[in-house]
Amino acid sequence: MNSSTPNPLALVAEVTHRCPLHCVYCSNPLELTKRENELPAAAWVRVLREAAGLGVLQVDFTGGEPLARPDLIDLVRAGRSAGLYASLITSGLPLDEKRLDELVAAGLDHFQLSFQGAHEESAAEYSGTRTHAQKLRVAEWVKRRRVGLTLNFVIHRQNLAELEDMVALAEKIGPGRVEFAHVQYYGWAFENRARLLPTREQLNRSLEIIEKAEERLRGRIRVEYVVPDYYAKYPKACMGGWGRKVLLVKPDGDVLPCHAANVLPGMKFENVQKRSLREIWQESDAFQKYRGEEWMPELCRTCDRRAQDFGGCRCQAFLLAHDAGATDPVCSKSPQRSIVDSILADTNPASSSGHDFSRAEKGLAHGVSTPEAIVPDLSAAAPPSSAWLYRPNPK
Amino acid sequence: MSVPDQERRPRLAVGCRLNEKSQQQRVLLMPERALRLNGPSLEIIERCDGNHTVRQIVTELQKLYSKAEPEKVEEDILGYLARLHEQRALDFE
Repeated sequence: MNSSTPNPLALVAEVTHRCPLHCVYCSNPLELTKRENELPAAAWVRVLREAAGLGVLQVDFTGGEPLARPDLIDLVRAGRSAGLYASLITSGLPLDEKRLDELVAAGLDHFQLSFQGAHEESAAEYSGTRTHAQKLRVAEWVKRRRVGLTLNFVIHRQNLAELEDMVALAEKIGPGRVEFAHVQYYGWAFENRARLLPTREQLNRSLEIIEKAEERLRGRIRVEYVVPDYYAKYPKACMGGWGRKVLLVKPDGDVLPCHAANVLPGMKFENVQKRSLREIWQESDAFQKYRGEEWMPELCRTCDRRAQDFGGCRCQAFLLAHDAGATDPVCSKSPQRSIVDSILADTNPASSSGHDFSRAEKGLAHGVSTPEAIVPDLSAAAPPSSAWLYRPNPK
Repeated sequence: MSVPDQERRPRLAVGCRLNEKSQQQRVLLMPERALRLNGPSLEIIERCDGNHTVRQIVTELQKLYSKAEPEKVEEDILGYLARLHEQRALDFE
């Protein structure tokens, strides 16, 4: 073990991959964990205690849809009694007021509710379900209780025209915090990227809208924004650096440094059923692989920004350049930036050549969060538009 | 950033709380972030309970940190409270 290994601060607990929604940009892996392989509650309780013992401060219960687990209340209670700040990252179903009361009584600190659009019709297309009305009800229920509320709007090429309506909806609901998060191109979003990546003009317009909203809502609603980093000059500090701040436990107990790491070839992840979280965090090959600076290519190792962005995202380097150890191709200094530029050229056929990083760069300061995918009622599934690849439910 | 009114009573916003006293490093927990608290910032946050006015917090901290210049203590507290309010970690009642 390396004595300089920092403590993790946040645990992402993917308690199930089951989800009532079928979002076309779901950040879950293409290969979903089956229900029969999900960790039982008792194992999660142990994981939560071990996480707190390692120095973790916050747990995000996510999925899939965490509410799909009937024992979620026990997990929230266990997280809170271990001393963790408990957040629920959810689509808001299946949920009624009684269950919400139970969650709050169990110690839930924060409720992050996803929206796929400003209106039912558009939200139904991107989530493959009609769930918008339920989300509006849930937001009102949460507002009436003593629990923090964040609204998370996932934005992309197809729904950016509704951005002002989304801002208006957020203002009407009045959460403490709202996120407008451009889709990040992993999982199902990578498959659907051509229809999700915004044009440069759309992106710049969205930044103007967000800046105005930020100004107008200051002191009332905290506004956060996540840009699509293909348009950025420098890569995002993915997860705050590999194995530096965050660990993620999958529904089956495998422990990963991020949501997407199972795309990386040759990477072997250890499981909480076999080793302690501490050993996995401190010693496992997967966490050591890209921790620190030794793994970095020369370009990153000698770069002034290496302590800010840590070379960018390993999964993006693999997905775009087929080399997980390369500088993130999003970086303007990367010898492989042309891969990103040619994707942008396809998206912006009429625009002039050359980079225009200026505006997107500002937004990057905010964040590393991956937009969470979220919810459905299978019986009410909207007819799939043939052009989308919808995320299915695991068996 | 506006200066908080001296007679208002700051209270941690819903979704924001201190971690447990038993934990070594005290932090202010809030959605998607946590602020490490040092001595003075912890003293301030512990008084953001909806009972103390801004003025009372300033007076008590000036006593606690009597070696520091009172004006500087006041200025620091007002700035800190205003920043927390802007981050939606505090409400003024």
